Amino acid sequence: MKYRNDSGINDNRAEKRVLPFTDNRQPDNIYPMLRIRNLKCFYGQIMAVKGITLSVKEGEIIALIGANGSGKSTLMASVSGLLPTWTGEILFEGKNLKGMDPPAVVKSGISLVPEGRLIFPPMSVYDNLVLGAYTRLRKKAREDVQQAMETVTALFPILKERFSQPAGTLSGGEQQMLAIGRSLMARPRLLLLDEPSMGLAPLVVEKIMDVLELLRSQGLTILLVEQNARAALTIADRGYVFETGSVVLEGSADELLADTNVKRAYLGKDYEEFDDENR
Amino acid sequence: MIRTDKHLIACFVFAAAATATGLLVENAYYLQVMIFIGINTLLALSLNMLMGYAGQISLGHAAFYGIGAYTTAILSTTYNISPWLALPAAVFTAMAIAYFVGRPTLRLTGYYLAMGTLGFGIIVNIIFREWRSVTGGASGFVGIPPLEIGSFAFDTDRRYFFLVWGVVLFFFIICRRIIDSRVGRALRAIHDGEHAAAAVGVDTAKMKLKIFVLSAAMASLAGFLYAHQIFFISPGTFSFLASIRIVTMVVIGGMASIWGSLLGASLLTLLPEWLHAFADYEMMIYGLVLMLVMIFLPQGLTRGILDIYENSRKKNDK
Repeated sequence: MKYRNDSGINDNRAEKRVLPFTDNRQPDNIYPMLRIRNLKCFYGQIMAVKGITLSVKEGEIIALIGANGSGKSTLMASVSGLLPTWTGEILFEGKNLKGMDPPAVVKSGISLVPEGRLIFPPMSVYDNLVLGAYTRLRKKAREDVQQAMETVTALFPILKERFSQPAGTLSGGEQQMLAIGRSLMARPRLLLLDEPSMGLAPLVVEKIMDVLELLRSQGLTILLVEQNARAALTIADRGYVFETGSVVLEGSADELLADTNVKRAYLGKDYEEFDDENR
Repeated sequence: MIRTDKHLIACFVFAAAATATGLLVENAYYLQVMIFIGINTLLALSLNMLMGYAGQISLGHAAFYGIGAYTTAILSTTYNISPWLALPAAVFTAMAIAYFVGRPTLRLTGYYLAMGTLGFGIIVNIIFREWRSVTGGASGFVGIPPLEIGSFAFDTDRRYFFLVWGVVLFFFIICRRIIDSRVGRALRAIHDGEHAAAAVGVDTAKMKLKIFVLSAAMASLAGFLYAHQIFFISPGTFSFLASIRIVTMVVIGGMASIWGSLLGASLLTLLPEWLHAFADYEMMIYGLVLMLVMIFLPQGLTRGILDIYENSRKKNDK
């Protein structure tokens, strides 16, 4: 079966530079879980994302890398419903997200771990976690929520130890775990993470990445925005490189890790080192 | 769960104390002061739900207080309708106005929300003052009837004391239940970060509007109780300064604290009474006391007193 293109719009991926062998590890007949086409996001008159097309298949970890201001977080805000001013198409499991507010997006199965964690500092760790299940509690699904709580505390035992402590007293790494745990309480099928490694020690970053891999092995699909390109690409299947609101490069994580431009721009290798490798 | 139990016990103690006070105090002046404390507590509690818990400032809260008072005054005096029918009308009017005002206004945040609600409060006050044919204008509205059930009238201060404090106790319990529920958590989440609250799936706009409407309903109930207690209302009682006084009660008593509303309302009602002796210096001392409370107990009276208590207990343990 060919790649489905049910909207009649030409997939403009062909116009971009696509690395050879991109996207071949998974058969093309898997209909992507999240499909974004020609997305343009606006802050007033300013266009922050200028026509991006990307897809996330079920069970994948996708990394979006790029410098500050390249539009990664804006894209996340659009998908999660926090930024309503966009045009184009965002399809999640075949359903268009246009016009959906954040609660509706959460209910449909997408959870966001926001940039800078944004936990609720004065509230207890427990209350923070229960808030994550806010959209589900309405359905009186107490047992279900209890079960989600157990899953999360099994993943992050430290959170259970800190249950009654105000969330603001946790360390940076613990707060990030809390933010991830909170978003898992909504039982998402697609997890969006906006810079989970921000301000964390390398060892903690490694731990967070391990958790993400574990979650993927349990069937969660993950879209990850990262400045820490190496950490992100190490666990990702595929990646997209953003620059000033556009995708300039896409490919498998291994290809991107090996790509000379990516190395130079995002992996912190200097020219000399880079020349050595290519000699 | 434990917290709820603690609160229930506290409510029982409070109810017992209020009952004892109501039965034992003979001095009509003190009873009257305590009735005002009750009404102010209800007002402070209504604003505390909005400001302390949900973090939405309102500098026009006296408008709802006034809407409650004027609606019942007009209906029960001008149109001779039973106050018990005027009560739902007053509360409903305040809720409807809160809904239509809140929808556009609550999109604002911080200073802008403060300005928006301030403007609303001033407009309502001007209406009270200028719509003479209906409200009696600046000279006020006289002849509001007392409340009565059958032949039982709430015409003595003691009876009215029990009515007011019964209502206050009822709302203490209701508000605590709201705060400990899923809705309460959502409100606190909005307070801590609206963006984050939206990200976990809280419908922030709807939630803010709901709490604004509830808050308006409670304030209008306070206005209802006020009007039928002193039988005379005038626009000055519901002016901008009154709104500021309610905000002060919440901040002095303690934000996001039910008992803080009680303490804040008590202090701000009693202080002017105590300070009468200082005559010309009254307002200066009043301001000084408020400043000192904020400097030494920045979290408000409730938290401050609890901290002092906990510290002294720790010292004793050593």
